Amino acid sequence: MKRFLIPLGIFIVLVGFLGIGLNLNPREVPSPLIGKPAPDFKLPLLSDPARQLSPEDLRGKVWLFNVWASWCASCRQEHDLLLELSRQGSVPIYGMDYKDQPGDAQTVLARYGNPYVETVVDIDGRAGINFGVYGVPETYLIDKGGIIRYKHTGPLTQEILDRKILPLVKELQS
Amino acid sequence: MIPELGHFSLILALLLALVQGVLPLAGAARNNPAWMAVARPAARAQFLFVAIAFAALAYSFLIGDFSVVNVTRNSHSRLPEIYRFTATWGSHEGSMLLWTFILALWTVSVTLFSRHLPDDMVARVVGVMGLVSFGFLLFMLATSNPFLRMPMAMDGSDLNPLLQDPGMVVHPPILYMGYVGFSVAFAFAIAALLSGKLDASWARWSRPWTTAAWAFLTIGIMMGSWWAYYELGWGGWWFWDPVENASLMPWLVGTALIHSLAVTEKRGSFKAWTVFLAIGAFSLSLLGTFLVRSGVLSSVHSFATDPTRGLFILIFLASVIGSSLFLFAMRASKVGLGGRFALVSRESFLMVNNILLLTATGAVLLGTLYPLFLDALGLGKISVGPPYFNSVFVPLVTPLIFLAGIGPLARWKQVNVPELAHRLKWGFGASVVVALLLPLAQGDWQPMVALGCLLSLWLAVTAAIGVRARLRSGAGWSANFYGMHLAHLGVAVMVIGVTMVSNYQTERNMRMAVGETVTVKEYTFRFDGVTDVTGPNYTGSRGTLEVSENGKPFTTLHPEKRIYVASGMPFTESDIDYGFTRDLYVALGERLDDGAWSVRLFHKPFVVWIWIGAVLMALGGFMAITDRRYRISRKKEGAKA
Repeated sequence: MKRFLIPLGIFIVLVGFLGIGLNLNPREVPSPLIGKPAPDFKLPLLSDPARQLSPEDLRGKVWLFNVWASWCASCRQEHDLLLELSRQGSVPIYGMDYKDQPGDAQTVLARYGNPYVETVVDIDGRAGINFGVYGVPETYLIDKGGIIRYKHTGPLTQEILDRKILPLVKELQS
Repeated sequence: MIPELGHFSLILALLLALVQGVLPLAGAARNNPAWMAVARPAARAQFLFVAIAFAALAYSFLIGDFSVVNVTRNSHSRLPEIYRFTATWGSHEGSMLLWTFILALWTVSVTLFSRHLPDDMVARVVGVMGLVSFGFLLFMLATSNPFLRMPMAMDGSDLNPLLQDPGMVVHPPILYMGYVGFSVAFAFAIAALLSGKLDASWARWSRPWTTAAWAFLTIGIMMGSWWAYYELGWGGWWFWDPVENASLMPWLVGTALIHSLAVTEKRGSFKAWTVFLAIGAFSLSLLGTFLVRSGVLSSVHSFATDPTRGLFILIFLASVIGSSLFLFAMRASKVGLGGRFALVSRESFLMVNNILLLTATGAVLLGTLYPLFLDALGLGKISVGPPYFNSVFVPLVTPLIFLAGIGPLARWKQVNVPELAHRLKWGFGASVVVALLLPLAQGDWQPMVALGCLLSLWLAVTAAIGVRARLRSGAGWSANFYGMHLAHLGVAVMVIGVTMVSNYQTERNMRMAVGETVTVKEYTFRFDGVTDVTGPNYTGSRGTLEVSENGKPFTTLHPEKRIYVASGMPFTESDIDYGFTRDLYVALGERLDDGAWSVRLFHKPFVVWIWIGAVLMALGGFMAITDRRYRISRKKEGAKA
């Protein structure tokens, strides 16, 4: 009879793991870039394609780098949160318009409000590849020395902001 | 009004499922015929109300009732009608309703085709299925009500473009027919454990149900694989995605179960083992549902995830599988172990077949859940990909297929080894020689190709030997016998497809300017640029590639890149020229500078054989069900009763 108990035993262990698994997020992949310098780029601005911006220009600032696109539906979800954050002014937000038509991106910002200090345009997605962008939106927190300190994939939530990003911003700014 | 009717029907179905689950089982335990007699009418009434609920949801989708949350999230006013209908099961809630509907359908079939079964058996089988249905209905009503209303929305956010495809019309229902169909075998197994009666007639009753579920699952998986092939734009036919694995595991155990049931029926052996496999096949179906619905693993198939749902399914899973395995542990020794057999016999071959299939299932389960185990233990995040699965699968499948050739020719109880060797030596020799020579025809000899050809030829040759022997002996038609060989032949055909496409596929991934040409094998592709297209609910670019074969015009392919209006999702629509010995596959990548595009081109030899093989397997299964034996027994039992 004992050997007939084996399947039940294995199953109980399995349920234990599945139970723990419920509270984990499989999409939350740690970025190998954390603690490393932000990949360099020099990209035209959405507001004025004649001017360019590079992470080098933001040395000495703690800033949020938000990758978004007009075609990305879940970017719309975090949009209000970003607007609110930019109104508070605790940390400047720079955007990157990823694999998008600049005209469409401008329409979105005009209609829903613009939380970004500036947005750079990455039409062919090359800069995005260097950042390891695999799902838009993505948000990076970059410190005064240009080092990536935090990365979030998917739309931001108030909880992530309050519990992770804003405390880290304070710490890095001091 | 109609959505409320659907909601109300679900509640009634829930109550009926409870009655169907409790009374007949209690009646069978206390030998109360009146309670047992409740099983059939309760199951039929439950089916009626689940069907009404399903129809109500389908109706809400068809008319585009955007006051229903589910419709708003998964449909759109400009969505073509057929996809509005299939959107019924395009969401989490809807697919759960489809699951329950199909379960009710199987239950009703059991009530209709069980006149020859003893009353207590029917009561137990239908009762167990009622309990399972109760769990699913409770899950829907508690956490995933498909009829939830909200203030009228202007328009919906559209069905996921991946699901806007003719394949989606049939893939989920057929796949669920397979998944859920194993609930019948499961219910039979639980009934056997409860009653302690497990004999040849029990096996004969469960066999057609199990084979039917298995054949549906085969077709369902095959359609999913084909859909992924033409729809995802990567030209792959199997990705070892967690959800694909979730459907493969019950299939593997179901395959083992079919073979084990054959032994239980013919020889009375493998009893506890058969019961275990029946529980296993359905448990893995439920586990698959959990993995897909809970978001525990990330996969292309996951819908929006909600932790309360995951918890509910986990509790449900734990109680159904846990209690069945507990029952198994308590009662398995009572069902008996059956007849003895020699070390070399058809029984022993089938036992090895079962062990190999179960090991393969274990390997898939381990590979699928390994990332979860590591994550749960805080050891980091990894993903397990095709290299793992391919390297464990080939060594397991090779002996399996080799045995599939010998098994049907081997005698029960004890094999006369020299005699069997004598019958097979010419077939084996011929298979080896041809398998060694065949890859040369492709101009590139590779050991894996020779192995694949050998396995395939071996199966075909042994099937021919078996069929010839049967014809000579003058034995008449046997649907079971020919069905089995047809299914084995399907395996042979599939092996050829897998082998050829894995070893001889050509892939070109390149930038093409207008007018530029690429040559792959004997085909030359000329890119003639793109034009704008507008569909009912999308806009996009339609590419034109002129294909010529050895310099002569051959065909024109039109791959598309679409943007779906409501969701703004970009989407790749490949174009394929299907052929018996090769597919030409073209997909558009990204638009590059000055009218150039990145283009993916594939030459895929024999890829269709993979799906033809799967269809043959399923046909073999359906053919076997028609065997007279299953019908004769019905009459006999009827005469006795």
